[in-house]
Amino acid sequence: MRRVVIVGYGMAGARLADEIRRRDKEMHVTVVGDEQHAAYNRVLLSTVVAGTMTPESVSLHDEQWAHDHGIDLRLGTTVRSIDRKARTITIDDEEIPYDALVLATGSKPWVPPTEGLLDPDGTMAPGVVAFRSLDDCARIVEKAGPGMPVAVLGGGLLGIEAARGLAGRGCLVTVVHPVGHLMERQLDAGAGRVLARTLGTLGIEFRLGVLATKYLAGDGLALDDGSHVPAELVVVSAGVRADTRLAEEAGLTIDRGIVVDDALRTSDPRIHAIGDCAQHPGTVSGLVQPAWDQASVLADRLTGSAPGSRYKGTSVITRLKARDVDLAALGDVHVDVDCPESEVLCFTDPVRGRYAKLVLRDDKVTGAILLGAPDAAATITQLYDRGQPAPTDRLALLLGRALPGEAASPADLPASAVVCRCNTVSKGQIVSAWRAGAETVSALAEVTRATTGCGGCKDAVCGLVDWLEASQPRSA
Amino acid sequence: MTVTGQRVLPGPGGLCQKGWTSAQLLNTPGRLTTPLIHGEPASWDEALDFVATKIKEYEPDQVAVFGGGGLTNEKAYLLGKFARVALKTSQIDYNGRFCMSSAAAAGNKAFGLDRGMPFPLADLRNADAVLLAGSNPAETMPPFMKHLTNAQLIVVDPRRTATAEMAALHLQPAPGTDLALALGLLHTAFINSAIDKQYVHERTTGFDAAWRVAAAWWPERVERVTGVSVQDQRAAVELLRGNAFILSGRGTEQHASGTDTVSAWINLALALGLPGRKYSGYGCLTGQGNGQGGREHGQKADQLPGYRKIDDPAAREHIKQVWGVDDLPGPGRSAYELLDALGQDIKTLLVFGSNPVVSAPRAKHITKRLESLDLLVVADFVLSETAAMADVVFPVTQWAEEDGTMTNLEGRIQRRTKALSAPEGVRSDLELINGLATRLGQPEERFPTEPEDVFTELRRASQGGAADYSGITYARLETEELHWPVPSEDHPGTPRLFLDRFAHPDGKARFVAVDHRGPAEPPDDEFPLYATTGRVLQHYQSGAQTRRIQELNQAVPEAFVEIHPDTAHRAGLEAGGTAKVVSRRGEMQAKVRCVSSMRPDVVFLPFHFPGDGRANVLTNPALDPTSRMPEFKVCAVRLEPA
Repeated sequence: MRRVVIVGYGMAGARLADEIRRRDKEMHVTVVGDEQHAAYNRVLLSTVVAGTMTPESVSLHDEQWAHDHGIDLRLGTTVRSIDRKARTITIDDEEIPYDALVLATGSKPWVPPTEGLLDPDGTMAPGVVAFRSLDDCARIVEKAGPGMPVAVLGGGLLGIEAARGLAGRGCLVTVVHPVGHLMERQLDAGAGRVLARTLGTLGIEFRLGVLATKYLAGDGLALDDGSHVPAELVVVSAGVRADTRLAEEAGLTIDRGIVVDDALRTSDPRIHAIGDCAQHPGTVSGLVQPAWDQASVLADRLTGSAPGSRYKGTSVITRLKARDVDLAALGDVHVDVDCPESEVLCFTDPVRGRYAKLVLRDDKVTGAILLGAPDAAATITQLYDRGQPAPTDRLALLLGRALPGEAASPADLPASAVVCRCNTVSKGQIVSAWRAGAETVSALAEVTRATTGCGGCKDAVCGLVDWLEASQPRSA
Repeated sequence: MTVTGQRVLPGPGGLCQKGWTSAQLLNTPGRLTTPLIHGEPASWDEALDFVATKIKEYEPDQVAVFGGGGLTNEKAYLLGKFARVALKTSQIDYNGRFCMSSAAAAGNKAFGLDRGMPFPLADLRNADAVLLAGSNPAETMPPFMKHLTNAQLIVVDPRRTATAEMAALHLQPAPGTDLALALGLLHTAFINSAIDKQYVHERTTGFDAAWRVAAAWWPERVERVTGVSVQDQRAAVELLRGNAFILSGRGTEQHASGTDTVSAWINLALALGLPGRKYSGYGCLTGQGNGQGGREHGQKADQLPGYRKIDDPAAREHIKQVWGVDDLPGPGRSAYELLDALGQDIKTLLVFGSNPVVSAPRAKHITKRLESLDLLVVADFVLSETAAMADVVFPVTQWAEEDGTMTNLEGRIQRRTKALSAPEGVRSDLELINGLATRLGQPEERFPTEPEDVFTELRRASQGGAADYSGITYARLETEELHWPVPSEDHPGTPRLFLDRFAHPDGKARFVAVDHRGPAEPPDDEFPLYATTGRVLQHYQSGAQTRRIQELNQAVPEAFVEIHPDTAHRAGLEAGGTAKVVSRRGEMQAKVRCVSSMRPDVVFLPFHFPGDGRANVLTNPALDPTSRMPEFKVCAVRLEPA
């Protein structure tokens, strides 16, 4: 029987094992994970920091999972090496043979070269924590208390989510970011400014365009403009790097990550890579959706249920998960409003924390930033995902839903307008009945049946009666 | 005769146009008053002899019965007995399979018992919030809306329906994504601390497994799949704190994942601690006149009277004893599978109270199947599209012309009292069944023709079952409001189920871990739009009755398609023009209505119309694995100028 060995029990590796089992109950599957716990949902770590979820509630599998699904699961285990010739991997003192090997080793936090962040042995200095794993979150939650000054290194998506979570716990948070505006990969400068302003109202301070040069435990960070940020805790969220150690040692082709083709094969066709450690031209790493899409394709292929299945990339939508801040960004947003090749709409309302930018080509959305515009975010991400043309009413599009029609006054309604839907009674019929002597709502109900169904038109009929009384001569 | 809405319980009184005009149906010009054999008038004896003689030529399972959710309890009961005792066939199912079967299956899984609303309708008036998932009662059941005037209303519907217009919050998911939305609301309830942990601990099992699925549906992911904004998901959960009801309708149930979708809504209700608490809960809104009672007494392929399971040995023994027979057939095919087998294993079909030519999914194919039968027999009071195809048609009584009982959406048994004599030549379905059964060699007394006699037997048959009617008499129904179960004549009935315990042996409700799958036929380049079907206020089901009433037909005379103006424009269509709507299974024509609140990727089609306007020509018969419900509510289509 074919043996599949998955290295990595994170969101990609766990998903692949589930997808394989959904298609094939028999295949021999081994999963090796270096953390001690069951796989967990990394996307939800910011909610653990924010305190709205417990570590248990973010786990993807229960303790019975491996047993129930016939998976050979090795927790707390590091793979030492891959022997491509013998087709084995080595863990501890054991060699595990494979027919297909999948690397789902994820990524490691990148620590900026600020003096003092790392101890001489390469581990984090006291008071410094990365924001990457469940254990990191446990350390952050354990240390962070109300009123405590905390510095977050990095103003990208995850840094902001961590900062928001910590501010929600009552910490005094300062975000230190080397670029002039937040989330510069996904946002233009205007959006970055509005975002910083909104987060400022939630108690977060920012030091933008400056580098942290030195960390002193118990004191804080020295910045390259000569200023100082007090911090009893420093959370490092300055980006990640694909974990390619095993692949590199095994001689596979590496660029920023392990290079894979549309079949998710590395340069050795028996070895595959998915998730953050993989580099596919159609996607950027660091998000879960590409990893899950890849797991599905690879399961199709490894189980033979759809051998022709190919991964063609995932369109990326960045969605900030931070309470009271609604931000979506997608596609190419670094386009000027007066760019001749594109249609660009922009709306700025910094006081209310709103910023919307929409880039269209040939009527289709190619980029968008939607901050404080939740309805529009929902609508526009669907248009983008499905490649649908945008509605011609661009203003309605920025609002996210069709503009409500003005409530017509009784005078303006055409005679044919249906007032009581339950009984198909028009304004004209009500006017005629009124003129014929039915001058109250109950008399009109008697004659026309209007208001006797769901009752929803009662206000409209009252309005008509008032209008008729005010404007028309009464019947004799 | 006239009809007024003064004494329509449990409502405060009220009718829609269908109710006001219902008396016109009693002497509609197309009223059938004589049996037809191959379109020619015949006497009852001739027609009954013809059918009985023909049936005797076949093996039992070559003869099938297709019933309806509009039949009285007495007819539904006797029809099931007729199939299993006189025809000895396992092949009986009914159009209720296309109606509430997904909700019924999910209700049974979660609570151990399915009663549409396990609480009185009037309880809705005491709720702080009501969430309607896939239901448009402002058009389909207008007087119902009067119960919703106190509550904050949340409507889940891809369309901005008349009901959505009245809502405090309208969630407008892409068709076929309700399950993801329900998972997302559970997730949001969790992170917003809206879960009733004590209730979950004391009254339920299985939360952890259900949560692990919902944990993967964080609000931003749900937004991307459904199109419902994160903000609106939060707003919905906030509204549902306190006394709240979650009610499901066909929009969320008529999917190949319908059972799981309802399970996801029930999971949400359980997590919020709603079911089994006064003025809170989960319920399913009935789709047909007797949708509830119609599914309790044995016209369903897998059931025996009293909501008993046909494969339960004790249930079989009880029913055999009541019926005085030695053997009973086992479970048969579900509705679509039964219709799909016509002309193959099944040679003869008897249809009661149903019009599958218009109402079945993939209707063109089903029409061909009906054509391939050796014998099609239809009992109806007008020449419906299905009756028009039949070899033999029996003219039967309608609502005001017969006694009987119906069980309403809250599980309350209501008397239907005969007000008029039927026209000459018309007989009741009970007389028809009796006429056939006796010709097939059954003793006269086994198939009573008086509704009260049938009901008396039904009481015994249902005794000890889930839907126990044994304590109900016609006399009691004159003065009492009785919700089943009513296990004895001194029992007051059960308006509220589950207050102390759920119907599983351990007394606890069960979370069912379900995940989102998406529609069976997602849109693609060739068929880029979602089509969803539904009803309009003026018409009922296949329209066979309402299209014959002038006022109703004038209001909505023909099929139409609702589309966003931009979508119409891109397809080269104009408001008021005619569109051709095409799916993989066929095409139909419909007048274009431009509606700016439509999602640009969705078209809506009412399913009441025959011929070129038959929306069910398009629909997808992909079936739910548990309930065998077809996927009426989403299929992929394209639009062309006609």
